[in-house]
Amino acid sequence: MPPRPCALCEKARAMIKRPKTGQQICRDCFFYVFETEVHNTITEAQLFKSGDRVAIGASGGKDSTVLAYVMKTLNERYNYGLNLFLLSIDEGITGYRDDSLETVKRNQQQYSMPLKILSYEELYGWTMDSIVSQVGRKNNCTFCGVFRRQALDRGAAMLNVDHIVTGHNADDIAETVLMNIMRGDIARLGRCTAICTQGDDTIRRSKPFKYAYEKEIVMYAYFKKLDYFSTECIYSPDAYRGHARAFLKDLEAARPSAIIDIIHSGEAFEIKEEIKATQKVQQTCQRCGYMSSNTLCKACTLLEGLERGMANAGITDRGTKQLQAEGPTPENLRKIPFFEYKPTSTSTTIDIEAS
Amino acid sequence: MAGAETSSVTIKVEFSGGLELLFSNQRSHTLTLPAAVPTDNATTVPVPSTIEATKPADITYLIHYLRDHLLQERAELFEENGTVRPGILVLINDTDWELEGEGDYVVKEGDEVVFISTLHGG
Ligand code: SF4
Ligand SMILES: [Zn+2]
Ligand SMILES: [Zn+2]
Repeated sequence: MPPRPCALCEKARAMIKRPKTGQQICRDCFFYVFETEVHNTITEAQLFKSGDRVAIGASGGKDSTVLAYVMKTLNERYNYGLNLFLLSIDEGITGYRDDSLETVKRNQQQYSMPLKILSYEELYGWTMDSIVSQVGRKNNCTFCGVFRRQALDRGAAMLNVDHIVTGHNADDIAETVLMNIMRGDIARLGRCTAICTQGDDTIRRSKPFKYAYEKEIVMYAYFKKLDYFSTECIYSPDAYRGHARAFLKDLEAARPSAIIDIIHSGEAFEIKEEIKATQKVQQTCQRCGYMSSNTLCKACTLLEGLERGMANAGITDRGTKQLQAEGPTPENLRKIPFFEYKPTSTSTTIDIEAS
Repeated sequence: MAGAETSSVTIKVEFSGGLELLFSNQRSHTLTLPAAVPTDNATTVPVPSTIEATKPADITYLIHYLRDHLLQERAELFEENGTVRPGILVLINDTDWELEGEGDYVVKEGDEVVFISTLHGG
């Protein structure tokens, strides 16, 4: 087959077919359109202000590695004026996280960004390895998810950043939309497509790759020869999510716009949600100060269950009742350090405009 | 008789994005394929001389060959319905295989074929 010229520059040879548009483009044009689309996502949603301190949630995987690279590139190209940091959470999973953290440490050198690693061990006194040895392989991802979310916020507070960006891509968001539909979780359905979320006292979190296809992220990493780590967690994620992902990939193979279409469906629910506005009142956890809709936050409840040998405490209502029936919380119970977030707000208010 | 054909093509195959774990944790492999292969992609080597219907070795044949001869575990994570599982990217000489005719691309001496999983880790 004769080589086709790039649909954009019409000079170089086309090397990639864009899943979003079907356009056949060359390597340099691909870099340019990929980066520009992320830039447009950032400016249209007005994610940052000049002077913001932004932490990139870095796992060493493809998405966060590409995100760190692209954030650095755009910050320099368009003078965002951001202070970028890498923030990694060490869940304490032997043979998985310890290897991927080595990748993050190399990224720190390659991108010359300060790196903060915060471990479950130092924060909660438990590694995922020790949690799994107590609770088995059933609810391990529940613990891990709750602990990670809070660890990221705490790490961000330690770095004094205003904002965390994560590498969630369009495929991830579409997958979450599907999962929420299958679970009947309409409340989460709209929220999960939001590009930026912010609680009362928590740090803003956003997803600059909301519209970036996984295929393009992987192609970008491949062509740029970025250094990333790609092993599955040994306490493999739940089978349900695996099926959702496989289903999504089948849909995408049949019609590449499926990913964006599903995100748009999720967004349509979001509008409805604004009207109803039945949000639970937020308060702070009595024990650790983290934001919570109950007197104890989810992490404190889970941790107490672990410490008292009743791992179900934070997972089922029955477990919670059992815990309460066992009597009051012992005095010497391990507690998560108190959470304090002091926003800097010293940043100037120049919005980043599309140039 | 087609089976008397002895010519072959040697190519380089690379796995990444976690796929290498299914292939003895080895990223790079050099393979020699028969130049003419059965149209039903049966991968017995050498190609039996009784086979009459042959075609030039293409990527579809390569996928079958890798599954039958190199894959160490969990074939369903690599191959599905005669092609790669959705979510695996294929590059032929650094070009997206979607621009090269996908499975119908006929391999040439010295070609480099890369398989990348997008399904692992985030
Ligand atoms: S698969 Fe589960 S245990 Fe492993 S890192 Fe993800 S959430 Fe944690
Ligand atoms: Zn071009
Ligand atoms: Zn708490």
